[in-house]
Amino acid sequence: MSYKLTYKPFGERSVLIEWPLGIDENILSDIIVFKEKIKTKNIKGIVELRSSFNSLLVIYDIFIDIFEDVVFTLNQLYLQKKQDISFSLKQWKIPVCYEDTFAVDLKEVANEKGISKESIVEIHSNTVYTVYFIGFLPGFMYLGGLNEKLYTPRKSTPRLKVLKGTVAIGGGQTGIYPSESPGGWNIIGNSPIEFFNPQKKLPCFANVGDKIVFKPISLKEYMDIKTLVDAGVYQLESEIIDD
Amino acid sequence: MIRVLKTGLYSSIQDLGRHGYQDYGVPYSGVMDIYSASIANIQLGNDAHAAVIEITMTGPTLEFSCETSICISGADISPKINGTSIKLNKPILIKSGDIVSFGKLVSGFRAYLAVLGGFKTENVMNSYSMYQGITKQSTLFKNDELLIDTSLKGLGIKHAAIKVIKRHTTKQIEVFKGPEFYKLPKTQQNILVTQGFTISKENNRMAYQLKEPLTNNLEPIITSSVLPGTVQLTPSGKLIILMRDCQTTGGYPRILQLKEASINILAQKFTGNMIHFNLI
Repeated sequence: MSYKLTYKPFGERSVLIEWPLGIDENILSDIIVFKEKIKTKNIKGIVELRSSFNSLLVIYDIFIDIFEDVVFTLNQLYLQKKQDISFSLKQWKIPVCYEDTFAVDLKEVANEKGISKESIVEIHSNTVYTVYFIGFLPGFMYLGGLNEKLYTPRKSTPRLKVLKGTVAIGGGQTGIYPSESPGGWNIIGNSPIEFFNPQKKLPCFANVGDKIVFKPISLKEYMDIKTLVDAGVYQLESEIIDD
Repeated sequence: MIRVLKTGLYSSIQDLGRHGYQDYGVPYSGVMDIYSASIANIQLGNDAHAAVIEITMTGPTLEFSCETSICISGADISPKINGTSIKLNKPILIKSGDIVSFGKLVSGFRAYLAVLGGFKTENVMNSYSMYQGITKQSTLFKNDELLIDTSLKGLGIKHAAIKVIKRHTTKQIEVFKGPEFYKLPKTQQNILVTQGFTISKENNRMAYQLKEPLTNNLEPIITSSVLPGTVQLTPSGKLIILMRDCQTTGGYPRILQLKEASINILAQKFTGNMIHFNLI
């Protein structure tokens, strides 16, 4: 199916394409397919394509002369049948230590929800999350799919320093801080792996549309994995998803 | 090589930024005032992408241990060589042992010091632009040694005199409607483009906040893409103009978008300066 898209100029060189509001897997796949179509078509002048929950930002290298012409070209492409678009998506297994050393807010969240710490870990790690886009911080994945039972309001006073690798819940979202930063989410664990490495050709392992699952590990396993990560030899588990 | 004897308030290496990594959440970074930095590079015959030092309000003191040439553009922070004043926007020969320093801020806010061939500091993701978490340093430190290409000599390519437009004084910031402009009631739209605004003390490479609030009932948006020059409006009425180091996404309504040339003009303004949004 195709959605009714809205095209808006965004400054002199960009077109913001908007899908109906909402955080929705069908919209996400539609955005990914359109993005791939544009990439494959190699439209002259397009230098950047950036997606978010319900938008695709198309940036050109020169000022847009006639906006309507650009929109016409893009929308023709959108309406074309999906063909020769091949891309593969992956599911990544992210090790997370939910032990007290890291999970400084887990007890509070458990108390607030009236469920045990163990149940929270179980629900959190038994969900398949979808990577909607990467933003906020380099390597910060916006994940969809958090179980409603775990929705927890952000802390009223954000912490000035949240550790790299922190796994947290903020409102209806869960996420991992790829680097040390201030943060207002409830901390429930920590992952020893690298989510952003500026020295690598592909600085993030995950792509938009990929799936993420969290695998609980002990503090001992955390330390072992951390050693391998620091030595640059840790292999993250992943499998190709058939669409 | 160039040694940093004093850093100044906030000096960093910047080029035209880090492009092609925004889908990973990487900010563009790059010189705040592209116009002025380009003048400095062009005057030396450099590529427009050559890395320069971006100097903020107070200048560094630099000791050169090689022969080269430099050009300073943008803000007038009374630049000197060995204590003698030098002109802005003109290529200047440097001898080994020369010391470049700065004095009083006369106009503008950010100056650019270009060197023949550009600075050859740490390059990450095809850019020399310093940014915390991407490059090892986010600003220059005292005693840093900055590499340059010492095989280049002379004043670079001769150009006919370039007329540098004096733009620091204009209060007019040209803007387009942002994606959520239409959500504002007419009265608020009018206030936005008729009333003047003052730059608050919260202004840096990431964003400029404005002092006067704009009361509004706009709902936050579902997190979406933002650009340098995007004007966000918070529920408490704060207007935030995003600059070169801004994040790639945001959740506040995007009510205006600065014309690219106006981002350069704004980069030369600081706390207390007035601006007017001019809708085009």
